[in-house]
Amino acid sequence: MAKSIDVKDLDIYYGDFLAVQGVNVHIKARSVTAFIGPSGCGKSTVLRSLNRMHEVIPGARVEGKVVVDGQSLYGAGVDPVAVRRQIGMVFQRPNPFPTMSIYENVLAGNRLNARKMKKSEADTIVEKSLRGANLWNEVKDRLSKPGMGLSGGQQQRLCIARAIAVEPEVLLMDEPCSALDPISTSAVEDLIHELKSDYTIVIVTHNMQQAARVSDDTGFFNLKAVGEPGHLVEFNPTTKVFSNPEEPATEAYISGRFG
Amino acid sequence: MTRNTGAPEAPDSTDAAYTELPMPDTLSIHSGQLPRQATLMTVVFAAAIGAVGGLILGAGPTVIVLLAWAIFLVALTTWSTIVEGRRKGTDRLVNAMVWSTFVIAMLPLLSLLWTVITKGGPVLTPDFLSRDMTGFAALGQGGGIYHAIMGTIMVTGIAAIIAIPVGVFTAIYLVEYGAASRLAKMITFLVDVMTGIPSIVSGLFAISLFIVITGDPLPRLGIGGGVALALLMIPTVVRSVEEMLKLVPDDLREASYALGVPKWRTIVKVVLPTAVAGIVTGITLAIARVAGETAPLLLIVGTFPSANWNPFDGAVQTLPVYIYTSLNGTTDPKYGDIWTDRVWGAALVLIIIVMALNLIARIIGNIFAPKTGR
Ligand SMILES: Nc1ncnc2c1ncn2[C@@H]1O[C@H](COP(=O)(O)OP(=O)(O)O)[C@@H](O)[C@H]1O
Ligand SMILES: [Mg+2]
Repeated sequence: MAKSIDVKDLDIYYGDFLAVQGVNVHIKARSVTAFIGPSGCGKSTVLRSLNRMHEVIPGARVEGKVVVDGQSLYGAGVDPVAVRRQIGMVFQRPNPFPTMSIYENVLAGNRLNARKMKKSEADTIVEKSLRGANLWNEVKDRLSKPGMGLSGGQQQRLCIARAIAVEPEVLLMDEPCSALDPISTSAVEDLIHELKSDYTIVIVTHNMQQAARVSDDTGFFNLKAVGEPGHLVEFNPTTKVFSNPEEPATEAYISGRFG
Repeated sequence: MTRNTGAPEAPDSTDAAYTELPMPDTLSIHSGQLPRQATLMTVVFAAAIGAVGGLILGAGPTVIVLLAWAIFLVALTTWSTIVEGRRKGTDRLVNAMVWSTFVIAMLPLLSLLWTVITKGGPVLTPDFLSRDMTGFAALGQGGGIYHAIMGTIMVTGIAAIIAIPVGVFTAIYLVEYGAASRLAKMITFLVDVMTGIPSIVSGLFAISLFIVITGDPLPRLGIGGGVALALLMIPTVVRSVEEMLKLVPDDLREASYALGVPKWRTIVKVVLPTAVAGIVTGITLAIARVAGETAPLLLIVGTFPSANWNPFDGAVQTLPVYIYTSLNGTTDPKYGDIWTDRVWGAALVLIIIVMALNLIARIIGNIFAPKTGR
């Protein structure tokens, strides 16, 4: 089910403010693509434009093309809600729904869209998604307890379970581990490895070791200059980016000389 | 400190820095302390001095209390400063002031409750609650407020039916759709202005509205009272619901959008349930606030000696108006006493209704509050 994404000449605005300029990227299906770069260079902005979450912010807009499996996401007549059903997202801060139990949180994507399903079908989806998110064993005895009662790392994996429960084609993750401790981080990284066989994953991370560990391709974003929009400096296979980068700026960033 | 570096004997510069820190000459973490009962002792002391001083000066009880209070503040602060030091002394002074203002705030409330309960309590017989005033108005006995209780419930209910949807939908528009648009700013401004409408003016509005509708030069209608009260309720409902919706983190909305849930479903299934406790509490308090409103009802619903369940025809008796009109009877040389009883009884029932609404608001708030499950 996984799909590839082509981004062509993408300019992203917040009102009149051009945040990111001229992004061109090909994201392969069934692979993990990492976006790295200093804070404020537009990684989250690019990620959010891949499933039309960008326009949720008042005044935000996009110019250019994002093509998923031959279909332009920003074409006329494309329903952003339908796009988001295909391209799921996991956020930096774990955000389970506070009014719902663990069980209901996993089913939220289905239930909130009023999809009718039998109890047995729902049970199957919950178990499959929680197993997929490596959380099943920890919560199987307390599925009816509130999702907010879990630890931060568990909450994040619950959010991942919630995202994969609707079986999207692509999973976008915006710094999914930045609020987590090392153990939970490694649990999530293991999970990303496993999910790769079924999903196309794009992950934003601050942590270069993490990018090196989990991703197949890496894109390095940077600001052109202070006060100028962010842009994609280099996009290459991860091994190349970390051993023999094309651009001096990438080299400087990953060797820790700036940023 | 448990470290597992390869060379355990290696000199650790951090540790060295710690040991070289100069110790202060005297590490004073102890200080004097007043006895546990110090506050009580000072109260007794101040009361005694105040009483004696007051009696010597021949002053009344008010002066004695004020005197004792001043002595208490000075004595406790001085004593504490001497024994415990300045910081603790100031702490005790501020503490005493905070408690004093609390007591001052509570006194009128308690005194009011006490008076209404002692005077109104004995009046509340089953008869008083289940009868109306038909045929009793001019008599020195009997009669009740059944009709007024029902009228208050009906008129307040109509107000709630009008004001809750209008208020809640306005708030949803302001928070979820309006954002920073011109229209939203204008609505917010108008709602603020509406908050300041004097209640008598809302009564005048209702009466002129129904003069136009019915053509009657002096309409008396239950629905008119509902409209007038709704006008007073709407701004409160909008404000409180708006605050509650703003408290719902954007993270949750985005989580829902990212699952491919449309905006309206996100509002209905995620935002409203998350905020429902606060919303229900706010609405109930708004109802409680208008339940005791008198002026607009006096204008538009008037008085009636028996229960009138038809809001579209004729006057309706309500508790506040009943209290107001009964007050005229209390000066009657012959029947003054019974009218006084009726006033206190009705006042107590009104307080009970409002308190019950407050209590219900709290209970609902607790039931709906999001569960953290820790
Ligand atoms: N909601 C917003 N409104 C306006 N500007 C924003 C908003 N979010 C981000 N920006 C701006 O867009 C640029 C890129 O931000 P972001 O994508 O969050 O960077 P990153 O995720 O790489 O740290 C920054 O200059 C930031 O100030
Ligand atoms: Mg970011």
